[in-house]
Amino acid sequence: MDLSAINPVLLIASLMVAATPLLLAAIGELVAERSGVLNLGVEGMMITGAVTGFAIAVETGSPLLGFVGAAAGGAALSFLFVILTQFALANQVASGLALTLFGLGLSALAGQRYVGIKPPPTPDLDIPILSDLPVVGPILFGHDPVLYFGIFLVAGVWALLKFTRAGLILRAVGENHDAAHALGYKVVRIRALAILFGGACAGLGGAYISLVRVPQWTEGMTAGVGWIALALVVFASWKPWRVLLGAYLFGGITVLQLNLQAAGVAIPVEYLAMSPYLITILVLVILSADKSRAPASLGRIFHASQ
Amino acid sequence: MIRLEKRPQPSRVWRLATPLLAVLATMIAGGLLFAVLGKNPVEAIRTIFWDPLFGEFAFYYRPQLLVKGAPLVLIAIGLSLGFRAGIWNIGAEGQYIIGALTGAGVGLAFYPLDAWFVFPLMVIAGALGGWAWAMIPAVLKVRFGTNEILVSLMLVYVAEQLLASMSLGLLRNPEGMGFPGSRNLNDYAAGSSWINQNAGLHWGVAAALIAVIFAYVLLNRHMLGYHIRLTGEAPRAARFAGVRPARLILFCLGTSGALAGLAGLFEVSGPSGQVSIDFNVGYGFTAIIVAFLGRLHPVGILLAGALMALTYIGGEIAQGNLGLPAAAIQVFQGMLLFFLLAFDLLTDYRVRVTRSEVA
Amino acid sequence: MKRRTLLAGAAMALGLAAGAAVAQDDKTKVGFIYVGPVGDGGWTYEHDKARQAVEAEYGDKVETVYQESVPEGADAERAITQMALQGADLIFTTSFGFMDPTINVAKKFPDVKFEHATGYKTADNVSVYSARFYEGRAIQGHIAGNMTESNIIGYIGSYPIPEVIRGINSAFIHARKVNPDVQFKIVWAYTWFDPAKEADAARTLIEQGADVILQHTDSTAPLAAAEAAGDVIGFGQASDMAEYKDGPRVSSIIDDWAPYYIERVGAVMDGTWETSNRWDGIGAGMVGIGEITDRVPEDVKAEALAMKEAIAAGEYHPFTGPLNKQDGSQWLAEGEVASDETLLGMNFYVEGIEGDIPE
Repeated sequence: MDLSAINPVLLIASLMVAATPLLLAAIGELVAERSGVLNLGVEGMMITGAVTGFAIAVETGSPLLGFVGAAAGGAALSFLFVILTQFALANQVASGLALTLFGLGLSALAGQRYVGIKPPPTPDLDIPILSDLPVVGPILFGHDPVLYFGIFLVAGVWALLKFTRAGLILRAVGENHDAAHALGYKVVRIRALAILFGGACAGLGGAYISLVRVPQWTEGMTAGVGWIALALVVFASWKPWRVLLGAYLFGGITVLQLNLQAAGVAIPVEYLAMSPYLITILVLVILSADKSRAPASLGRIFHASQ
Repeated sequence: MIRLEKRPQPSRVWRLATPLLAVLATMIAGGLLFAVLGKNPVEAIRTIFWDPLFGEFAFYYRPQLLVKGAPLVLIAIGLSLGFRAGIWNIGAEGQYIIGALTGAGVGLAFYPLDAWFVFPLMVIAGALGGWAWAMIPAVLKVRFGTNEILVSLMLVYVAEQLLASMSLGLLRNPEGMGFPGSRNLNDYAAGSSWINQNAGLHWGVAAALIAVIFAYVLLNRHMLGYHIRLTGEAPRAARFAGVRPARLILFCLGTSGALAGLAGLFEVSGPSGQVSIDFNVGYGFTAIIVAFLGRLHPVGILLAGALMALTYIGGEIAQGNLGLPAAAIQVFQGMLLFFLLAFDLLTDYRVRVTRSEVA
Repeated sequence: MKRRTLLAGAAMALGLAAGAAVAQDDKTKVGFIYVGPVGDGGWTYEHDKARQAVEAEYGDKVETVYQESVPEGADAERAITQMALQGADLIFTTSFGFMDPTINVAKKFPDVKFEHATGYKTADNVSVYSARFYEGRAIQGHIAGNMTESNIIGYIGSYPIPEVIRGINSAFIHARKVNPDVQFKIVWAYTWFDPAKEADAARTLIEQGADVILQHTDSTAPLAAAEAAGDVIGFGQASDMAEYKDGPRVSSIIDDWAPYYIERVGAVMDGTWETSNRWDGIGAGMVGIGEITDRVPEDVKAEALAMKEAIAAGEYHPFTGPLNKQDGSQWLAEGEVASDETLLGMNFYVEGIEGDIPE
């Protein structure tokens, strides 16, 4: 055992990278859930974003365009969810599961031509002086732009929900859609936008895996990150900053267990791997005593005639 | 302008017509997809929907429909009870895994004892395992008011990790050359759920049919069934009618957990044969879809389970015979679900085309 | 019940006859069952390349079919049966988890030949085959031991099973031989294929000082991580991974199934197929060593190639004594060579490796 082999600075820097796909997908799902929509199709939207982002980045040679395309791809798939749940009034749980199935299949078909290709690299920010600072440099200034965008997005969503009228309306729709409707808000339109935002974020998260974290395209490469993102929203009790915290915690546990293994610490990997979920359940229980809780209309179907 | 108007009563005609319409739409959209992939669409559709039932080797595929459909129906029946009452267990996959682990664990503990009581004990252990796993979200919901959707979903991942740990550790086959995975229960007659393997009959198939009848009787003839339906349709009225929500939650989650656990046990001691890292293939999640496709009605679930099984088996045949990629079949199934879910609208709502008034 | 059973049995027998009849035409039909998608870029990808090689070799005389992403367990048995029913003369099942299903199906189709990869159960019509990847690992270890400057070599394992442990031991022995200070840091990913996790594992090892990464997982993600880190080298796994040739990839172990598949298909064609238990290495061409790039110093490259020749010619065995087990007890005496049986069930580290094999 050699714990001194673990470099805490690098550990933090790399857990930030590991956490970013989760963070992006979860912040999008948070907005959707705040509007009262439970979209279980995160995994499907992520993998769709991963493949569209990869394909566009390879074809255009621009990672930036790739990320834009990934957001569009994720949003496009989530539009199916909008049609199903907001216009056809289908059950959200079933629709979300169907979306994941569809997205996994579609991405595999679309990605057949891109197996074994290297994407154009996404450059890290390299700020003179700042990036070279000890400790602070690698943690704060040595990453790629998308990672910062994720953090920025969290701040943006937080500000939106807390300070803006749009955020207030979004929350109202999520808490009580009938009352919101009675007040004259377009429930369906607001939810559709929230779902599309969620899809775009999930798509970005997927592309982060295929363009930065791995980077390559292979079938099924998101490997369940979308499901963890769902857990993360709950863990965060629908609060943006807690999503950031949770993403680093969830991403951190993976990186930490690998670090402990490499340092020769005998750890039961399976039991460590289940800990984030157990912690999430614990958080749920604690939250039940707290006033923060799930949006009241979460998962319920809205129709104006009711 | 198109407007939706809620029907006072769900339409009986549409209730029967929408699934047919959805299948038809899927055939058209799927046919287009297959044509784009350079396959003959008519042949592909025929292979998926016709060959498993009436093709040359139907004698083999028909029993396989039972094998594939039984766990889906068994789990979906349990889930539908809770779904009707607004209690959302989406962690059946986890309960299925735990049922398989406890059931197989009991069986393997008795290995190689050849006694009549081994299999019944395994059945009990499997049901108890699934029940106990579902009791976690149930008790937490009753006691603390936590959301059962999320807790049951979280427990799926915990169960998957337990499964990996068990296949590599405690339940690993001591004669397996160090490879992960347990002994094969098919080689242990006292612990096998097969009744007749060539006919696709194992105790899980029987249990699925019994569950359908049981659920039908419960929902239509029994006070508890009435309470379940009432709670789902009019929660406030249910309170006045003397329904105790806590008991209902414990019953619904417990029953669905036990049935999912049973499905896991029958699968591990029959078609699958052994506990392995990749033992679970998503029956617990697919069953949620089956429950909705069957409109939470026992007979509907039976039919929906059969349809899902058909697309699985037919899809596999299309892969093998026509060289369709597995992903294309996934997309095809996704489309079928989309159309079924979307067309369901017509059962409860009337689509009205109204002329927008000139202001 | 008895009667039903009889009927079903008769139908099965009839079906077998029909299946055999189909197979009577002049084309030899060869089936492949894959555990992953053909686009995984690793394990399944290489099996599919070998399938294409079979087609190229025999042209019109052979017809190949495959089914990808077949889950291990009940679904595998159906997929294999389906191929046998469709008249396949020879079926390759290409994952360890297909072992029991293959044996089960083989019992029902005595006239069809089966080839199961990496397993240990044979029958009159079931052969097993696997590759001595540890031979390639010895060469990797040699290169790695010479090239590391930090004296820390990172190793990404999949699951703690004999095949992987063999690879670790083989690489370690040969790295230590040329560099007594070398240390292995081993990380278990608990997956064969999860690019994101593999990338994390590689990054972790690099952060902890490793400047050579060996991997027993199938994606190119560790190589990408090595490239990003700069001064780190790695090796292609399962396939050549030549796209990293200009970067970190200095050589590779290639699973080359083509010679074996061509040979076995040929044997079925001319009626000389017999059950066998084949464990081939570099000599028979089943394990390929990818081009060693110029990043490796000339003399090290020459030694590595000499070792490859010696192993291929059968003059050198990577597990030749004196070798001790991790606890210091003697495993192989001077000049003694490990038996295949010990190697197949290997569940211990050799002396010098730190840490425990997880249970």
